[in-house]
Amino acid sequence: MRKKKNWKLEILGILLGILWLLPFYLMFVNSFKTKKEIFTDVTSPPEQWSFDNYITAFQELDFLQTLFNSLLITVSSVLLIIIFSAMAAYALSRAKSRISTILFFIFVAAMLIPFQSVMIPLVTVFGQFEMLNRGGLIFMYIGFGASLSIFLYHGALNNIPRSLDEAARIDGANRWQVFWHIIFPMLKPITVTVAILNIIWIWNDYLLPSLVINKTGSETIPLKMFFFFGEYTKQWHLALAGLTLAILPVIIFYFFAQRSIIKGVSDGAIK
Amino acid sequence: MRTKDFAYWLFLAPVLIALTLVVIVPMLLGVYYSFTSWNGITTGEFVGFQNYIDLFKDERFLASLWFTTKFSVISVILINFIGLSLALIVTSRIKTSNLLRTTFFMPNLIGGLILGFIWQFIFIKVFASVGEMVGMESLQVWLSTTETGFWGLVILMSWQMAGYIMVIYIAYLQGLPKELLEASEIDGASSFQRFRYIVFPLVAPAFTVSMFLTLSNTFKLYDQNLSLTGGGPYNSTEMVAMEIFNTAFVQNTFAYAQAKAIIFFVIVAIVALFQVYWNKRREVEM
Repeated sequence: MRKKKNWKLEILGILLGILWLLPFYLMFVNSFKTKKEIFTDVTSPPEQWSFDNYITAFQELDFLQTLFNSLLITVSSVLLIIIFSAMAAYALSRAKSRISTILFFIFVAAMLIPFQSVMIPLVTVFGQFEMLNRGGLIFMYIGFGASLSIFLYHGALNNIPRSLDEAARIDGANRWQVFWHIIFPMLKPITVTVAILNIIWIWNDYLLPSLVINKTGSETIPLKMFFFFGEYTKQWHLALAGLTLAILPVIIFYFFAQRSIIKGVSDGAIK
Repeated sequence: MRTKDFAYWLFLAPVLIALTLVVIVPMLLGVYYSFTSWNGITTGEFVGFQNYIDLFKDERFLASLWFTTKFSVISVILINFIGLSLALIVTSRIKTSNLLRTTFFMPNLIGGLILGFIWQFIFIKVFASVGEMVGMESLQVWLSTTETGFWGLVILMSWQMAGYIMVIYIAYLQGLPKELLEASEIDGASSFQRFRYIVFPLVAPAFTVSMFLTLSNTFKLYDQNLSLTGGGPYNSTEMVAMEIFNTAFVQNTFAYAQAKAIIFFVIVAIVALFQVYWNKRREVEM
């Protein structure tokens, strides 16, 4: 009886899995078709697997430069978020006082503010200081990303006994050394979670970079996606090739780190 | 480390500076601007509550608020229902468990903007083509009416977020004591009874977490809205986040848009505080 039930669930699961992948399949097969072929038939595989769309999309998107911009912004922002949030959370967790409680509360409360509520003054102020560029964007990501990261690090740090710090201090290490050589390595699991959550967010973020980056050549991948979606002309054959190219780095990342990614996302949501 | 130590402030300085300049100062400025007639160039005069009075008479804003609320409620229910179902499927003893988990979760790694474009292709091109084949005209108008735009967004979000919510339910389901389930099985409980009386009460905390996560994500939605329907036809599928954006950067009425953004913040904050209260109450009960 048990066997039969699982067999049914297995079939149901596989069918749902196919349904879930169907949009990606349709995007993929149609990205190889000509404009005319998409017009006549969207469901079957292409008559000819031609890479013409990909070559055009690759050039139009300035793909290598765009990919580089996305990588540069994501990697620098995430590294800085990790370093600065871990340090801040360490200070807040080790110095138990009213000031620490208030500061921690401010960081957590800041998470409540939706981006739209600060977007207009933020862009205006940063515009006045000529900070609407990649550097300014990275700085903004630190400001927006710090709260959740500090919150996660703070929880993990509270589980590391303070006697450890004190022992190291007696051995002659200064605070900087204690933190980077002893405490930070112990935070590795939570660092992976913090890194993954921030990578997914920053890599895919559209609205903030669209307001900050206005120089050709500095755009990230999401910003370039509008290229094929003009007001009146939709070049689906090129758009689908462009979308597939845009997804490719994510799929590669997912392939190599899926376990940590799923764990990171679920830890981040539950804590 | 103590708060009067120099090191304490040194460790905190980078994030404090960033948070202040990126979130706190713009938020305070935003509150101030919402009481003025600022348009981005000139500071404008102090107009008191005029912007707030206007926005409650602004039909486009109210329509977007109503559309967002409807969309959120229906999405939250669907996403949680599908997410829990997927979690129950992949945690049962099936061979393809890991592969299916990976599959269902995948859309969450890809940006909302890109997902919206993919589904635009599905709704406009694929639906139309299938509709033509089977002779169903209703499939050929997707995203060109308010109704289909609404359900298009619901389908897109359910497809994307169900896998995310699944992961949360899995985490709770795996924490279930196996002995309890086995004992109930020996005692002759049916699978429905086991779900109703053992699994359900023990994963109840997961419901709270998932409900509020989906609510906050769907209520603040922007990217998917932009790429799937763009707010069309005739702004009828425009959600609050997009309405605020358009008020600010298309109509160039900054102060007025900022007042809407403050109302948006108040709604989001009330929901979040309600969640904190809810969690506290539950902890007391347990």
